[in-house]
Amino acid sequence: MNTETVTLKGHIIDSLILAKVLDTILQMEGTFDISEIKISATREESSIAKIAIHADSPELLEEILQAVQLHGAIVEEISDCSTAIAPQDGVLPDSFYASSHLPTQVRLKGEWIDVEAIEMDLAIRVQHDPPHAMAIPMAEVKIGDDIVTGRTGIRVFPLERPKERDAFSFMEAQVSSERPHQHVIADVAKRMRMIKDNREKILRQGDAAGNADLGTKVLFVGGPAIVHSGGREVLSWLIEEGYIHVLFAGNALPAHDMEASLFGTSLGFGLSAGCIAPHGHEHHLRTINKVRGAGSIKQAVESGMIKDGIMASCVRQNVDMVLAGSIRDDGPLPDVITDTVKSQGAMRAALPGVGLALMVATTLHAIATGNCLPAKVPSVCVDINPAVPTKLSDRGSFQAVGLVMDSSSFLRQLARELNWPG
Amino acid sequence: MARLLVCPPDYYGIEYEINPWMRVSNAADPEKSKAQWHNLMRTFEEDVGVELERMTPVKGLPDLVFTANAGVLYDGKVVISRFLHPERQREEEYFERWFTEHDYSVIKLGVECYFEGAGDLLGFTDTWFGGYRQRSDFGAYTALSEIYGKEILPLELVSDKFYHLDTCFCPLSGGELLYYPGAFDSYAQDTIANSVEKRIIVPQVEAERFACNAVCVDHHVVLPSGCNETMDLLKRHGYTPHPVELDEFFKAGGSAKCLTLALD
Repeated sequence: MNTETVTLKGHIIDSLILAKVLDTILQMEGTFDISEIKISATREESSIAKIAIHADSPELLEEILQAVQLHGAIVEEISDCSTAIAPQDGVLPDSFYASSHLPTQVRLKGEWIDVEAIEMDLAIRVQHDPPHAMAIPMAEVKIGDDIVTGRTGIRVFPLERPKERDAFSFMEAQVSSERPHQHVIADVAKRMRMIKDNREKILRQGDAAGNADLGTKVLFVGGPAIVHSGGREVLSWLIEEGYIHVLFAGNALPAHDMEASLFGTSLGFGLSAGCIAPHGHEHHLRTINKVRGAGSIKQAVESGMIKDGIMASCVRQNVDMVLAGSIRDDGPLPDVITDTVKSQGAMRAALPGVGLALMVATTLHAIATGNCLPAKVPSVCVDINPAVPTKLSDRGSFQAVGLVMDSSSFLRQLARELNWPG
Repeated sequence: MARLLVCPPDYYGIEYEINPWMRVSNAADPEKSKAQWHNLMRTFEEDVGVELERMTPVKGLPDLVFTANAGVLYDGKVVISRFLHPERQREEEYFERWFTEHDYSVIKLGVECYFEGAGDLLGFTDTWFGGYRQRSDFGAYTALSEIYGKEILPLELVSDKFYHLDTCFCPLSGGELLYYPGAFDSYAQDTIANSVEKRIIVPQVEAERFACNAVCVDHHVVLPSGCNETMDLLKRHGYTPHPVELDEFFKAGGSAKCLTLALD
């Protein structure tokens, strides 16, 4: 992206100078964002506007800058980003720059470089030859790493509205249980279909055939309420049909899913009988124990011990699973990562290519995922408790859609949009 | 009594070309220019009742007669011009010296901008207007607005024939504006229309005879001769026009207003 920020100061409103500068940019086929505007309260005071000008090529940007400078626009003086050396492993230098989840560039040797793997609340590590910048978590910093500090030479881009005119491009921050969900779910389904098609096209014909911006993976983040509320069968169907490519969960979702496969219960409650099974509270422990005995979920499925359900579908469809453990887990299952920093790393490693994130009936995993998703990835958070979607929507992305509803109802409606026969 | 700063045309002449009116080959007649200038001064002093302060002319500075470009003066504070052309930059020290010797507070613009004084900055009580794109830079007005605490609306000048605001824009004492819209871009024309209710439009032929380069003191308007339609318009609005022959100064691109700087 070719962008420069200019400042326009003076009596720019009544003199129509601001209008003229903005018109000039558009007439020359550039675009702009007004990153800051202060309109004076009195006639005597000046107004100030900061305008980020974007153009398709560096040459066009230069032409636009020359044109607007005649009308008083001053190009911001920009220096390279400042950096400091990490003093020890896992410790950032003082005054390190804390990232946002928006697309970010840093200036190195006079050139703007995209920061790779951007997510919120990380630091930025740079390399100078060749110039390279990457967001990294605090725990991964190594002594001697060159870390961006301060605020100069860093620029953050507001999200462009997606070209598709769907629920994600018209998102309002408000989350309400009193709104119809149908059209949002239809848009989510449409996007899942587009990503699936895109993925298949790229797998068949190579990268050039697809649309990299759209993504090639759908990420599903789920909690055990999906199993309790009867969403297991439909989620398995979505996986089997190739609509989900990455799964983030904890210990409970796989435990209860496989419990249902082995015992027909979820946390001891008979899923079809609708009553507590005798000694049912032990079922999940017995399940976990059996899977531990098998060595892994994959082996439990491939050996024929686990015949159906979410885990079985994930194994069959080769879904990339990251199971992050927590302090209250039973067992845990052998695939569960019990080191939280390692879990974060595994989640991050699974994110490239994700073009849609569905976070269903899980508070902590949804928030953890929200924290490491770049703002540009459209995300849907579904929970019966409005606090969860609200928290996710408050992340400042207009591509985060919140739905207050039961997880199983959501999955059923979604699957129906995708021609689920059930 | 109104006071004007003027500079006798002892060394006036066309020695270089920095606007489309100037042709070295089209020399000014020294005797005729002096006669026209003295006649203008007589009109100011006798017909209009203005007090004149005369600067000492300097050999080699032919345009020093155009005192409107000395700087801008308001509230006892003077900001000296920073001329675009090196030919006129040499005038700056003489203007600065005159104001310092006459106990004005001389202040710097504080930004690296060209600014050609009251030639480009004119206005009414509340709102001032600044011409830019020809001689003065936009940024000068932001700085001047802070210095004087005034609203200054920048207006883009689009014709090199009207290279200073005072060649096409003349605020009158009764709140009317005498101007030639063709000298401005469309945004500036809209700004003028939005900001000034009573506008008197000068026809192109007379604008090109510097009809707008007029000096208004109370109901008197001193303007170059040969602008009959403009004079009729002024009379209709209750003004008394005083036409003065100033052809010799047209050769340098100036007229009545360019030859004066209001000191009060």
